[in-house]
Amino acid sequence: MATAEDTLVHNRRPPGMHDLPLEPEMHPLVRNKHDLVSVGDAIGNVVLAGKHPKAWWVGFLAGLALLQILAISVLYLFYMGTGIWGINVPVAWGFAIINFVWWIGIGHAGTLISAVLLLMHQKWRTSINRFSEAMTIFAVMCAGIFPLIHMGRPWFFYWLYPFPNVAGVFPQFRSPLAWDVFAVTTYFTVSLVFWYIGLVPDLAALRDQAAKRWQKIVYGVLALGWRGSGIHWQRYEKVYLILGGLSTPLVLSVHTVVSFDFAVAIVPLWHATIFPPFFVAGAIYSGFAMVVALAIPVRKWYGLEDFISDHHLDICGKVMLATGFLVTYGYFSEFWMAWYSHSLYEWGTTLERMFGPYGWSYWCLIFFNCAFPLTLLWFRRFRTNMIWLELICISALIGMWFERYVIVVTLTRDQVPSSWGRYSPTIWDYATMIGSLGLFLTLFFLFLRYLPMISITEMRELLPKKQGGGGGHSIMENAP
Amino acid sequence: MSETSATATVDHGHGHGHGDEEPKVYGLLAEFADSDSLVAATQKAYAEGYRRMDTFSPYPVGDACSALGFPKSEMGTIMFIGGVVGGCAGLFMQYWCNTYGYPLNVGGRPYFSWPSFVPITFEMMVLTAALSGLFGLFALCGLPRLNHPLFNLPQFDRATRDRFFLCIEAEDPKYDADKTREFLGTVHAVSVEEVPT
Repeated sequence: MATAEDTLVHNRRPPGMHDLPLEPEMHPLVRNKHDLVSVGDAIGNVVLAGKHPKAWWVGFLAGLALLQILAISVLYLFYMGTGIWGINVPVAWGFAIINFVWWIGIGHAGTLISAVLLLMHQKWRTSINRFSEAMTIFAVMCAGIFPLIHMGRPWFFYWLYPFPNVAGVFPQFRSPLAWDVFAVTTYFTVSLVFWYIGLVPDLAALRDQAAKRWQKIVYGVLALGWRGSGIHWQRYEKVYLILGGLSTPLVLSVHTVVSFDFAVAIVPLWHATIFPPFFVAGAIYSGFAMVVALAIPVRKWYGLEDFISDHHLDICGKVMLATGFLVTYGYFSEFWMAWYSHSLYEWGTTLERMFGPYGWSYWCLIFFNCAFPLTLLWFRRFRTNMIWLELICISALIGMWFERYVIVVTLTRDQVPSSWGRYSPTIWDYATMIGSLGLFLTLFFLFLRYLPMISITEMRELLPKKQGGGGGHSIMENAP
Repeated sequence: MSETSATATVDHGHGHGHGDEEPKVYGLLAEFADSDSLVAATQKAYAEGYRRMDTFSPYPVGDACSALGFPKSEMGTIMFIGGVVGGCAGLFMQYWCNTYGYPLNVGGRPYFSWPSFVPITFEMMVLTAALSGLFGLFALCGLPRLNHPLFNLPQFDRATRDRFFLCIEAEDPKYDADKTREFLGTVHAVSVEEVPT
């Protein structure tokens, strides 16, 4: 709190006093003696010079290969129908909803970093916000695929929206599935708007920095003629600030609505008020895990350690530790409420979840999500060791996937033994899941190649005054 | 492009009475090496009585924006109105669809089950507020506009890189090619150049 107020006070100081240290910063957010030009070159030349490490090709081609698996499995699905999946009553959604929730949760970290941390004046967000926003958009695209292809007749997807039709039928807005449609489309659109508005000044910088004619044309058109006008900046900052303020409740609402898909149903262990906050915490946990898992190799390949330092990843590790404990508390609370409520069905389902036919997945969840990462994340030594941190993040990603798996297979043990059943995914379930990872990787590697992965403008603002920068203002602090 | 310059010429001829001086000039562009000089120069120009001017910088310089004397940004109002309209439209859409369009009795619940309509109302509000922000921003800024007189000057490329500019436009009533240039010579500019239209 005090820091945020100091910052506000700082901005009201007369121009000469900007050189005073903003806050005692043990770790400078931009390492080395960068200036305005070197920041633009270090970030912009990744895109403009077109020199890419071999690792880029490895990652891109791996992603592209997996994308082919998605294409094949989706085409086969359209030809054969959803019968190729392992879904049946009682588990009617299976992998489709597991992967949907998993991907959309990963997306949430991007919005959290770009919006929530913006409002909280957390300046370390600057170096990772651009690519986590990109990650959000790609993750939401991957998420969106699953409900669409699960429909059986995906070409009628527009029936989800109210539109005048001869049948006179309109969607039932009391259903969480209808809320989901609006929540996810709004989330995707707003994330895209936020991302693009943030990109415009950077695209203009690339336009003016580019040497090749095609680059000047392409980035020039995308920059929409941005010329850094003071009056434009004033409006821009205001819009950016309000978008941050809108995205913050939006990201909470989206995962709340996603959790309503479960919580509104009267199924033991689903019908619980703990679901929305617990889902949101899990989303942030897995999202940060994905951000760090991507940042570690990318900053090494492109030599961007000056901007994304160990200090940044250390903070991300702390955020993961906090949200990881929130999630763990959620598991405990589920267990506690089941026992304390004396509900036969809640407690019976809890025992089935832990020791029933799918008990192994519950313990996988506890190990990958709680035991392994949360033990190690306590220690700075592990948070700043890149190999361990990468392993921890991958573990959390696996763990969060298992969380949704555990929730979904709860359906196999319902109140009435006559409705019990089993669920086992087929090869096509796995192919679609792996394929969606391919879509994500392909888009992400293309993004690295063609768009600035760190915000040039915001890094320049972050530079100290004597190096030509904005002295640590963040993009919205001037907004009148 | 030609139309714009023609209008500008007419404006000068009739509006400000010095059309015969430099009819094809957008303004004078002063270049600065750092943001503090830009802020100081802008404040001085405002004190001199110049109003039709703009600063250009690679990142937002709040003090320069304030020095321009530009009123509070109107974006907040635009996004607020957009959000309220969108939220109301979202609520009305659900009300109409489930009450008149296709009324369905689910367990005796009222057709207008407003608590169930809150999520979509909220999402619609956020969506329309964000979109009105996007379109409002670009409409007010006159973007997309791929060409602009300022892009005629090669040094203006550095406005997105490491230089700070102040442009006093020819449309300013106080603008005078010689006097304004003289004034810009006193504010520690790296260079002062005329911007052709």
